[in-house]
Amino acid sequence: MAKEGIGAAVRRREDSRFLTGQGHYVDDFNRPGQLYAYIRRSDRPHARIRGIDVSAARNAPGVVAVYTGEDLAADGVGGLPCGWQIHNKDGSPMAEPPHPVLALGKVRHIGDPIAVVIAESKAQAKDAAELIAIDFEDLPAVADVRAATAPGAPRVHDDVPGNVCYDWHIGDLAAVEAAFARAKHVVRLDLVNNRLIPNAMEPRAALAECDVTGNYTLYTTSQNPHVIRLLMGAFVLHLPEHRLRVVAPDVGGGFGSKIYHYAEEAIVTWAAGKLRRPVKWTAERSESFISDAQGRDHVSHAELALDEEGNFLALRVSTLANLGAYLSTFAPSVPTYLYATLLAGVYKTPAIYAEVKAVFTNTVPVDAYRGAGRPEAAYLLERLVDVAAMETGIDRIALRRKNFIPPEAFPYQTPVALQYDSGNYEMTLREALKAADYEGFEARRAEARRRGKLRGIGISTYLEACGIAPSKVVGQLGARAGLYEVATIRVHPTGSVTVYTGAHSHGQGHETTFAQIVADHLGVPYEQVEIVHGDTAQVPFGMGTYGSRSLAVGGSAMVKAMDKIIAKGKKIAAYLLEASAEDIEFADGVFRVAGTDKTKTLGEIAFAAYVPHNYPIEELEPGLEETAFYDPKNFTFPGGCHVCEVEIDPETGVTRVVNFVAVDDVGRVINPLIVEGQVQGGVAQGIGQALLEHAVYDANGQLLSGSFMDYTMPRADNLPSITVGTESTMCTHNPLGAKGCGEVGAIGSPPAVINAIVDALKEFGVKHVDMPATPEKIWSIIEAHRPRLAAE
Amino acid sequence: MYNFAYHKPASLADAVKILSADPEARPLAGGQTLIPVLKQRLNKPSQLVDLAALGLAGIKVSPTALTIGAMTPHAAVARSAEVRKAIPGLADLASWIGDEQVRHRGTIGGSLANNDPSACYPAAVLALGATIKTDRREIAADDFFQGMFTTALEPGEIITEVAFPLPVEKSAYEKFRQPASRYAMVGVFVAKGPKGVRVAVTGAGQNGVFRVPEMEDALAKSWSPDSIAAIKVSPDGLVSDIHGSAAYRSHLITVMAKRAVAKAG
Repeated sequence: MAKEGIGAAVRRREDSRFLTGQGHYVDDFNRPGQLYAYIRRSDRPHARIRGIDVSAARNAPGVVAVYTGEDLAADGVGGLPCGWQIHNKDGSPMAEPPHPVLALGKVRHIGDPIAVVIAESKAQAKDAAELIAIDFEDLPAVADVRAATAPGAPRVHDDVPGNVCYDWHIGDLAAVEAAFARAKHVVRLDLVNNRLIPNAMEPRAALAECDVTGNYTLYTTSQNPHVIRLLMGAFVLHLPEHRLRVVAPDVGGGFGSKIYHYAEEAIVTWAAGKLRRPVKWTAERSESFISDAQGRDHVSHAELALDEEGNFLALRVSTLANLGAYLSTFAPSVPTYLYATLLAGVYKTPAIYAEVKAVFTNTVPVDAYRGAGRPEAAYLLERLVDVAAMETGIDRIALRRKNFIPPEAFPYQTPVALQYDSGNYEMTLREALKAADYEGFEARRAEARRRGKLRGIGISTYLEACGIAPSKVVGQLGARAGLYEVATIRVHPTGSVTVYTGAHSHGQGHETTFAQIVADHLGVPYEQVEIVHGDTAQVPFGMGTYGSRSLAVGGSAMVKAMDKIIAKGKKIAAYLLEASAEDIEFADGVFRVAGTDKTKTLGEIAFAAYVPHNYPIEELEPGLEETAFYDPKNFTFPGGCHVCEVEIDPETGVTRVVNFVAVDDVGRVINPLIVEGQVQGGVAQGIGQALLEHAVYDANGQLLSGSFMDYTMPRADNLPSITVGTESTMCTHNPLGAKGCGEVGAIGSPPAVINAIVDALKEFGVKHVDMPATPEKIWSIIEAHRPRLAAE
Repeated sequence: MYNFAYHKPASLADAVKILSADPEARPLAGGQTLIPVLKQRLNKPSQLVDLAALGLAGIKVSPTALTIGAMTPHAAVARSAEVRKAIPGLADLASWIGDEQVRHRGTIGGSLANNDPSACYPAAVLALGATIKTDRREIAADDFFQGMFTTALEPGEIITEVAFPLPVEKSAYEKFRQPASRYAMVGVFVAKGPKGVRVAVTGAGQNGVFRVPEMEDALAKSWSPDSIAAIKVSPDGLVSDIHGSAAYRSHLITVMAKRAVAKAG
């Protein structure tokens, strides 16, 4: 292994930049003559707009322009497009109500943008926005999915009856019903997957300019600048791609929330064109709470049928998924193909049926958030398996082992569309239990009891799917985009390398790992590899970063492009060394005539290619630069086992996570430091979801947790030291064998935490605790069971 | 933040003059509540009168009182050897208000004048029977706190120092922090000193800090956690929000009080 090649624990090269304040984020960009935009947003969950008077705002000091939805509509600005179409059970397409950039006629959630003020300073824009007089007629609002689907519920969109965007299903209902009919045991569970607010460290921002020739540049906090260019250019502003450059520079975290095309990007770009001056918008944190797409928010009923020995016979799931007030870019895919297709988990359940009703409510739109659908599936399944163990009396580990898909069964076709290529669930389970000292747990429980604490241990053996693909299949499932990735490898004349990748790094450390792959594959020193990303003017059309796809898909595109470099290099070497190309071998950066000491280094080959004085110019073009587009054959399937140990203070209900072990099979590991960091961060978010985080709306759609004063972000002292173990079964269909590690932490951990809490409370006969397991919730459970305990 | 005029007077008299002449003017102590409120445009003062140059910071001890200047930051109280010796519970309380930054900017006078119902200091001041001294008079703690964000202070009146009567035999503070903000969801200060045995609760009451006479009586008879274990404060009048119902807060008052008594030894 090269010192800084694949598998080496190289420190992140981007960190010195970030830690010394030298990162360059969107808000750090300033252009001459720049103006500032401030968005006036709805403070009402649902209202008709009878009139907007912007005259006072227009006359306020420093104000250059004030625009409303009608101004944009009059100029032909389109609505925000949705990138995925789901079909109903009956084959009809989902409801796709308009999503105007600025509200037209109605506001539908707190934070819905109504008007924009553009002024010489941010303070002036903000002052003037307060002068906009809006004549609202409040309408009844609904925030909860159950209430939104009840008869007589207020309608979020006039032409969407029952607020149902789609009523979708997957699986074989008849087979499932037959299996339930002959089941020995049926276990049932109702559970809620709590809504989360992403809260990336860097708030969203957008800065647009339009030059004298009508060429636009948009700097934006995006995980996928090409997607933004396409969606905004083609559907919203009708700008051709060659006149629109989108740059996503350093971006401070996304977790999914920066995938989507947001109104503010279109507003500043359009306004920059109108005013011919640069326009910048930067979200305040309180705006992030009400304008970044939120995550999760499912209400589900699940049933598992088992035979006498505990073999799973069938799974039946019914889910209501909250979409918020409008369809965010990829929202429809999350509770369907990223959720229900994962319900087999790591188990060989032969029959599965799931139905999902996606529902509009007067809340901030919901879309993919770290894990996106897969955490919801893993949580449901891993909770249900624990309930099954409890109700059948079979040990929860034994029950899992009995139902695991065994290593020899791969490739394994699930009853819900996916085909798993590889995995070894027994291995990750075994390693996790060992690392967590599962065997010694009862002694720790007894010791905690002597201190007056309730200690519990929980596990989850989860599975997820990354690198969503292939394009043809996702197209059939409703995606309105391809899901390949692109890379250009440019070998410079003296042999250093620049990589242009369509993946985007906003915390993942691509500048390090991608350089390691190139160093390994081309035998170039790591320091001589530069990674460029996030600029449509430099990088070919790529799809960006989400769903843990960067390495499995983006890295594979790089390998494919490097293979082209090597193939061309062999031809050049053959010419220079007077041998046949078939006889040239390439290893460690050196081309060699097999079995001889005749060699040329990659640098020599590159120089020959750029200074082609002695070069097979008749057969080969000069230069050494190759581009590859890689469309995967399948998803990748990381999985593993998380073990969580908690202690509950029965007097206060406070749960403390005292130990956490994550053993994840992420396929080939490029950089173990970065994998561990990704897992640690994901687990922190998962523990946050399980214990702390909750976007709380009241029944009328008012957000009650609209700031860090009420939305409980996990802090360092909420988390234990997390033990991360990594196992690797290789992905069989991509050249790196990589599966992805960005989301495993957030997917595997919530059920492990709740399973541990239920275990800690088992003497109270508790079957389930909904997330977040707040102190009051736990205390109430203990309180409710106290009289019974006293009676016993 | 809206525009405002900023003053940093060098004398108490000048500060009082500006504040008394303009009902829209606001004093600025450590700013740990006021600045965030201004940033959110929830308050629109005409003038801010910075109290930092009035010489109001400092800690003095005499045989009968520990006196803390109004502009003394929490961190100074927390690390003061005199405070730790005279009233250990007070130093402990100051050591876990907010976070490190808040403790180095926030002041005891600012906290008391604001009387946030979930602030920590009001519990200590009430339980220890302190006296609040201002530019014009002395106010007993029992008279000072008059409900949520409401005090006995007159317009333009400035707290100069807080005097805690000594000797204090026992003192301790326990709090259950609201998980998101980390403010006191329930904070209980227990004390035994010149003003007797007193128990004060912050964070839980709809009208701010309050005393619990039943617990005081029980502790006066027997200073032990067990003696108050069965005493419940009625949920009526307690705060109920997304972090905890009134019933839960009621329960936590007893738990925190027991723990404070145990901590006081």
